[in-house]
Amino acid sequence: MDVAIVGIGMHPFGRTPSRSGLQQGAYAARLALQDAGIEWRDIQFAFGGSASSGSADALVNELGLTGIPFINVANGCATGGSSLISAFNAIKSGEYDIGMVSGFDKHDRGAFNADPKELGIGEWYGEVGMMMTTQFFAMKIQKYMHDYGISTDTLAKVSEKAFINGSKNPNAWRREPVSVEEIANSTMVNNPLTKFMFCSPAEGGVALVLCRADHATRYTDTPVYLKAATMKSRRFGSFEVFAPSQALQQVDGPTVDASKAAFEMAGAGPKDMDVMQLQDTEVGAEIMHMAENGFCAHGEQEALIQSGATHIGGSMPINTDGGCLANGEPIGASGLRQVYENVLQLRGQAGEHQVPGDPKLAYTHVYGAPGISAVTILQR
Amino acid sequence: MSNQVAIAEGLFTWPSAKPALLGSRCKQCGIASFPAAESCMACSGQDVAIEELPGRGTLWTWTVQQFMPKTPYKSDETAETFKPYGVGYLELPGGVRVEGRLTENDPQKLHIGMEMDVVFETYRTEANGDEVISFFFKPVA
Repeated sequence: MDVAIVGIGMHPFGRTPSRSGLQQGAYAARLALQDAGIEWRDIQFAFGGSASSGSADALVNELGLTGIPFINVANGCATGGSSLISAFNAIKSGEYDIGMVSGFDKHDRGAFNADPKELGIGEWYGEVGMMMTTQFFAMKIQKYMHDYGISTDTLAKVSEKAFINGSKNPNAWRREPVSVEEIANSTMVNNPLTKFMFCSPAEGGVALVLCRADHATRYTDTPVYLKAATMKSRRFGSFEVFAPSQALQQVDGPTVDASKAAFEMAGAGPKDMDVMQLQDTEVGAEIMHMAENGFCAHGEQEALIQSGATHIGGSMPINTDGGCLANGEPIGASGLRQVYENVLQLRGQAGEHQVPGDPKLAYTHVYGAPGISAVTILQR
Repeated sequence: MSNQVAIAEGLFTWPSAKPALLGSRCKQCGIASFPAAESCMACSGQDVAIEELPGRGTLWTWTVQQFMPKTPYKSDETAETFKPYGVGYLELPGGVRVEGRLTENDPQKLHIGMEMDVVFETYRTEANGDEVISFFFKPVA
């Protein structure tokens, strides 16, 4: 049984003091139902996630108590991707015909402060100041720049593109372009990464309505098919966030594994993808994820980014809605934002941030602590 | 003299005239881990032995933490006295790459591949006067 996405809804990302995280989730859910032309009572099941706005299943208080199974999902930054896989499998199994995936969040300002105990790490690790995702990303790109010759100017160009794309997206948080000089000269956070090279915790909500593919045209003239949804955790030897030590011999990380599995499931390859959303919690992540997802060889990013290939209209458009850098990261909603953007792109409804050339295949990728990754491939 | 206590039990030999980091090595596959664990992440084996890790290695990668982290960060600094600190992974021969704070925080003086020693120094002083000892990586002079 194939699976289609027939409804999408999004609450703008950023800061909305007048609405709770849950209310932003409900706002997105109502838009998704409206997009599919159905009512909440038509939904047979839901999966949802929120890291700091309470339980996702509290959405039923807003939308109506219809008795459906609503399962909460928590997988860090890969929460949205994990919810989507769960719904994908629920429909593929034949158990359900139509359901919803929801993600929303509302975080305080400033870097996330993770608790080592929750990840099975001693308290000393946090006390000495190593329980910081930002340090991991900085150390990973530091090593990567050393090994593959990526320049600091290329780091800044990734942010520059993100803010340009954000300026074209009415749902984005950061809607003003920022110059390469301003990005490179903003406050140093974790060398080599400056403030404008990181995304920030934010707020927002996204909801998707999924159904069995043979029912899709009942709900929409523009169904988008979920050709693959995969999720992997780390294997021994990969370099991951929150690791007090790591092996001397390295293996590929969960992104590589999830990506390979997704291409295999979809029967397609990296060159077939017309538009991609890759986890860009900071600029180094986008650069490294280009190669880890198979879109180029390690080191080729320098020339690709300098030539503008990753811009809308380039040969390899990446993070066309501004990504995490311009949208911020409401953890529960972030992975679903990528899917929302790709559905818009495949429907040809992305407006100013639409990629040209009638895209047919689109790719999403998220990465989260403590070393997990989820990938989807959508087809028009 | 004030009382010197280790930041956590079992991380390194303490008290000791020549302290060392403590890792575990799997008797089945030979893989080492830090801190010492009761099972092996590589092969799931449960027959592991604790061993002292080497005291000198090479810097595999690094960064400098430029802002003061929120809780669970616990030093005796304030926002006013906070000093940026280096963090890196030290590759220990025959062992593992261990993550730790660096004694150096000047990016100009840090580079991948440099030799560093594992040192044990006071990290913070508790209200009761106890000195909390932690491990750091220090450039070889």
